Amino acid sequence: MKLVDYLPYLVAIWLLLIGLYGIVTSRNLIHAVTCLAVAQSSTYVLLLSIGYRRAATAPIFLDVPLGTRAVDPVVASLALTDVVVGSTVTALLLALAVQIHKRTRTLDPDQLRSRRD
Amino acid sequence: MAVLPALPVAVPLVVAAVMVGAGPLLRRRVADTLAVATAAAVVGIGAAELAQTLGGPVVTWFGGWTPRSGIALGVAFVVDPIGAGMVTFAGVLMVAALTFSWRYFETVGTLFHALMLVMLAAVVGFSSTGDLFNMFVFFELLSVAAFALAGYKIEDPGSLQGAMNFAVTNSAGAIMLLSGIGLLYARTGALNLAQIGTTLASTASDRVVTVALVLILVGFFVKAAVVPFHFWLADAYALAPTPVCVLFAGLLSELGVYAIARIYWTVFSGTFDPRTPGFRAALIAGATVTALLGGVMCVLQRHLARMLAYATVSHVGLTLFGIALLEPEGLAGATLYAAADGLVKAGLFVMVGIVAHRLGTLDELELRGRGRQIWWAAPLFVIGALGLAGAPPLGTFVGKALIEEGAKGGRYWTAALFTVVSALTAAAVLRVTARVFAGWGAGEPITGEVPAGGGVAPASGGQVAPSAGEAANGGGEVRSDTGAGHGDEAQERELRVARTKVGPSMVAPALLLLGGAVAIGLVPGLSDRTVVAAARFADRAGYAATVLGGAAAPAHAEAPTSGRLLEAAPWTATTVALAAAGAWLALFGSRIPRALRRTGARLAGPVVRALEALHSGNLGDSVTWLTIGSATFGIVLAAVLR
Repeated sequence: MKLVDYLPYLVAIWLLLIGLYGIVTSRNLIHAVTCLAVAQSSTYVLLLSIGYRRAATAPIFLDVPLGTRAVDPVVASLALTDVVVGSTVTALLLALAVQIHKRTRTLDPDQLRSRRD
Repeated sequence: MAVLPALPVAVPLVVAAVMVGAGPLLRRRVADTLAVATAAAVVGIGAAELAQTLGGPVVTWFGGWTPRSGIALGVAFVVDPIGAGMVTFAGVLMVAALTFSWRYFETVGTLFHALMLVMLAAVVGFSSTGDLFNMFVFFELLSVAAFALAGYKIEDPGSLQGAMNFAVTNSAGAIMLLSGIGLLYARTGALNLAQIGTTLASTASDRVVTVALVLILVGFFVKAAVVPFHFWLADAYALAPTPVCVLFAGLLSELGVYAIARIYWTVFSGTFDPRTPGFRAALIAGATVTALLGGVMCVLQRHLARMLAYATVSHVGLTLFGIALLEPEGLAGATLYAAADGLVKAGLFVMVGIVAHRLGTLDELELRGRGRQIWWAAPLFVIGALGLAGAPPLGTFVGKALIEEGAKGGRYWTAALFTVVSALTAAAVLRVTARVFAGWGAGEPITGEVPAGGGVAPASGGQVAPSAGEAANGGGEVRSDTGAGHGDEAQERELRVARTKVGPSMVAPALLLLGGAVAIGLVPGLSDRTVVAAARFADRAGYAATVLGGAAAPAHAEAPTSGRLLEAAPWTATTVALAAAGAWLALFGSRIPRALRRTGARLAGPVVRALEALHSGNLGDSVTWLTIGSATFGIVLAAVLR
């Protein structure tokens, strides 16, 4: 494997770490939820790069000869499922953030903590 | 019947969809009845599966995609007795929770029932499936339903914040889980558990497999709330509506532990077998820390639901300990322990819900002596405390005895750990019972000096132990008489209208749950059968042969366990005695000589304050610990699996 072949994996690791860093340092719940979405996107990159094959086409075997190289369709469907899961979680979290803002007039986790007491 | 395993997933999902669609048309009681009937049907199907799978796992390939020459193509449900037991167990808890909500909510939309049923379907699918990615999908379905249910009381900021923390931390864990699944797929080209296990066992394992193991385990550690991945739990569990707490405490954490066992035995046991001692030690260390920290935090709480939330952490640590022994006997013990303990905790949550419903607060000190009007609840609390202590005839006793048996050489350490931890959590519940129902001990918060303590329960007694979240509000400052934060206020708001009689629909679930825990301890032959089921669960090659080759499951000999129970009896007696002594100390700590008390307070005070500051309930802190925990666990495993 050449160095460039590692690049997608490095990108995936970077996205995961920067997303987690964003959540940890976040001062705003909407921002934190967005950071979670960034971390989630690391799995898309990881899954798709696992299934990638050089000089291969999309796995649609309608009008190509049998035996054509194609990328792995399994990871593509995993990534699709993951997109659905991720958007559900993000939507739910944003709804929670809206409710929190309605009740407390703040989205700052630190302020929330002091108000809770 | 080939469709049997799919039914308990499909039926709740369909009913949930119908309920959402027909929501406004359904009368409240119709919706309640429909939901309870669905959960009861799941119990029935689970019991049928249990009977069917005693001879070996039942494999169902959906769409007829059976394996071709030993290669799995489709997605299979593989139901074994432990999986079927989970299905039944989930159904029982759901029946109890839905029955309790009959009267608990003044008004409730059908969305609540739908979310509960979706969660049930997800739990069933999770315990039945034999496919790793399928497991992930059910895991996420379960999580999303749980997030929504944890934040169900949208008028309560504390509850919303708990749900937020719960959702973000668990989603971060799920991301790690999925990355691990992706890496395993990259190495083996398979998603079927048996297939991955077979492929891994036949090839030399490498770094990628180790990283995948770490990521997958971290994902499940978060769900199981193993220290240090547990910081989200207290707020999410303690501030959710009681019927939801019943499910969370009994089911959610146990499910994480179940997943750890399933993944280890079917996938990784082949490749790591010669090197398990280091892996075992790492898991045991995590389980021990979880059990002890959970026990200490449990004793420090004065908010009843929070106390039970930490009892959950602590006892999940004990269950994980049974699994971490990596012995079939430990697994069998953990199975029985988790089932009985889940029922006990769920029963205790129901009792706490009754207290909140009738008395309007969950603050231990405010409740002093006020329990007399529901005096009949006291014995149920005591039974719950005995269940936490692992006393016969409750099922936790049998589970504990089997785990101690599985520990072999480390038997005394194991028994000592179980004794200390169970005594801590049982003492906390006994203390609450005595204070609330008999009016023993101090009532109002004592301001000023750092109070009494020492001994088994260092920081209870007259000490005002602020609930975890309050620590941020500045150390020893004691708030006036507002109880333990917004959780109570919201609970009060929610319940103010409905505070009438308690009614049979609230007591019956508690009796069902605690009765179930007793039944696990009393049903003859149950422990023998569980040992056989666990041996089969742990037989990776046999599992793979059944799933991929369609071979009949290999037989496993029964070994009678009845003799082993006697050895655990002295330890249990010690536990109960320690728990009673601890509760007494906590209530009447002021009678201890002043000098001794001062020393105890001086020693325990800083530790207690540090622990409370640590459990701040802050989102960022929780994810920080998740990151630190994963990195540490990764480094440890990389070292021991080298």
